[in-house]
Amino acid sequence: MSRVPKTRKEMPLTPLSFPTVGSMGKTGTWRTFRPEVDYSKCTRCTLCWIYCPDAAIIRQADDSPKIDYDYCKGCGICANECPVKAITMCREEEE
Amino acid sequence: MAQMIIDTANHIAGYAAKAARVKVVAAYPITPQTTVVEKIAEFVEEGKMDIEYIRVESEHSAMMACIGAAVTGVRTFTATSAHGLALMHEALHWASGSRLPIVMVVVNRAMGAPWSIMPDFSDSLSQRDTGWLQFYCADNQEVFDTIIQTYKLCENERVFLPAMVCLEGFILSHTYMPVKIPKQEEIDAFLPPYKSGWTLDLNDPISHANLVSPEWFMEFRYMIQEAMENAKQLIPKIDREYRERFGVEHGGLIEKYRCEDADLLLLTMGTMGSDAKIAVDNLRKEGLKVGSARVRVFRPFPTEEIGKLAERAQMLTSIDRHISFGMEGFLATEIKASVFNRKDKPLVAGYIAGLGGRDVTSGTLEKIAKKSLKWMRDGKVEKETTWVDLRE
Repeated sequence: MSRVPKTRKEMPLTPLSFPTVGSMGKTGTWRTFRPEVDYSKCTRCTLCWIYCPDAAIIRQADDSPKIDYDYCKGCGICANECPVKAITMCREEEE
Repeated sequence: MAQMIIDTANHIAGYAAKAARVKVVAAYPITPQTTVVEKIAEFVEEGKMDIEYIRVESEHSAMMACIGAAVTGVRTFTATSAHGLALMHEALHWASGSRLPIVMVVVNRAMGAPWSIMPDFSDSLSQRDTGWLQFYCADNQEVFDTIIQTYKLCENERVFLPAMVCLEGFILSHTYMPVKIPKQEEIDAFLPPYKSGWTLDLNDPISHANLVSPEWFMEFRYMIQEAMENAKQLIPKIDREYRERFGVEHGGLIEKYRCEDADLLLLTMGTMGSDAKIAVDNLRKEGLKVGSARVRVFRPFPTEEIGKLAERAQMLTSIDRHISFGMEGFLATEIKASVFNRKDKPLVAGYIAGLGGRDVTSGTLEKIAKKSLKWMRDGKVEKETTWVDLRE
């Protein structure tokens, strides 16, 4: 929804923004380290999905995580929180 | 029937928060403010206030908690002093920039070093440019009334800004005085429930106070300035409405006493304004035409009213319980700025008095007035700023 005002009179009292996917562009390009999920180790506990500060992990039907690389900034919180070390942070441009 | 009680200004501030039906109080204790939030804690404990009372780990957190509460659309209150207020500094800007009508009691205390718990205005005046309205009280009744009035003012859609209600530590904070507390139904009729300008709502999610590019930033600043100007129009109206309902008023922006025919005006803030009235009465007995103008509201500053006072008076003397190091008292600067473009501008002299709680009596003010009258007759201010009762 576009609610960009034209004049001062149409402006809100304080800047307000409405949620939209990727309002700041594809922030995944900021990433240096990429989280990789090893689905054979994953126990479907959803902790990574809960902790992701950018909502860049999608909870799939079977509760397994799918990382949205368009918006994942590579902070590594998911890898740090994973209790079974199923997520590895890999340097971008490296296999 | 209104209830008459005898209590300290700090406890009275607690009674006012209760009467205003605040919903969230987040606070951290600091001398001489502590008994404000202690009184509120007592009310909560006794079941007389049904609120969210948040004990936080610092004043910065107290203000941030108030901001968090206010964005959900509830009436919010806190209180602090001196270093606690300084620690809040960053958060104060977030509150005004987010246009949240939080009311905070500031129990004035001198900033250290040297360490002090005694009053001057160095704490609240250091926060002059944070976008908060600032009221300065002269007695306990005014503390109660101003808290109720500022909620009504700040929650007005033409204002939506936070306010500090300042009272001097110990001179008022711990001093017992009789105060009239109106009936709750009457206060409710004067101060209806808070309707916020914008609210965080799970069903229509927004984020607020976001990053703003240069193409939009200035407009947000201008809107705060506009709100301050609106407040200046509303303050006298709200004070008058309060008098009509409760029989007491405090002079709107400036409490004027025997100013109509005065040649010299003593301009003060806070409790010094009460002593100034006694000084004026004594000087009048000697045939000296002196009046008192107590600046009750420092932000927005009543520039126009100062200008009006300058139409009649030949000299304005400010007595500041504050010093802006490297310049002069803030009040002196503001008064000069208010009259500078007038053709008939009066002489303005500044005095620094009462720092760190040093006593300022009506006698002190009489001496200041007499010296000012001499300068007035000579047509020349001998000294821009004079420190009162300073050791040689």
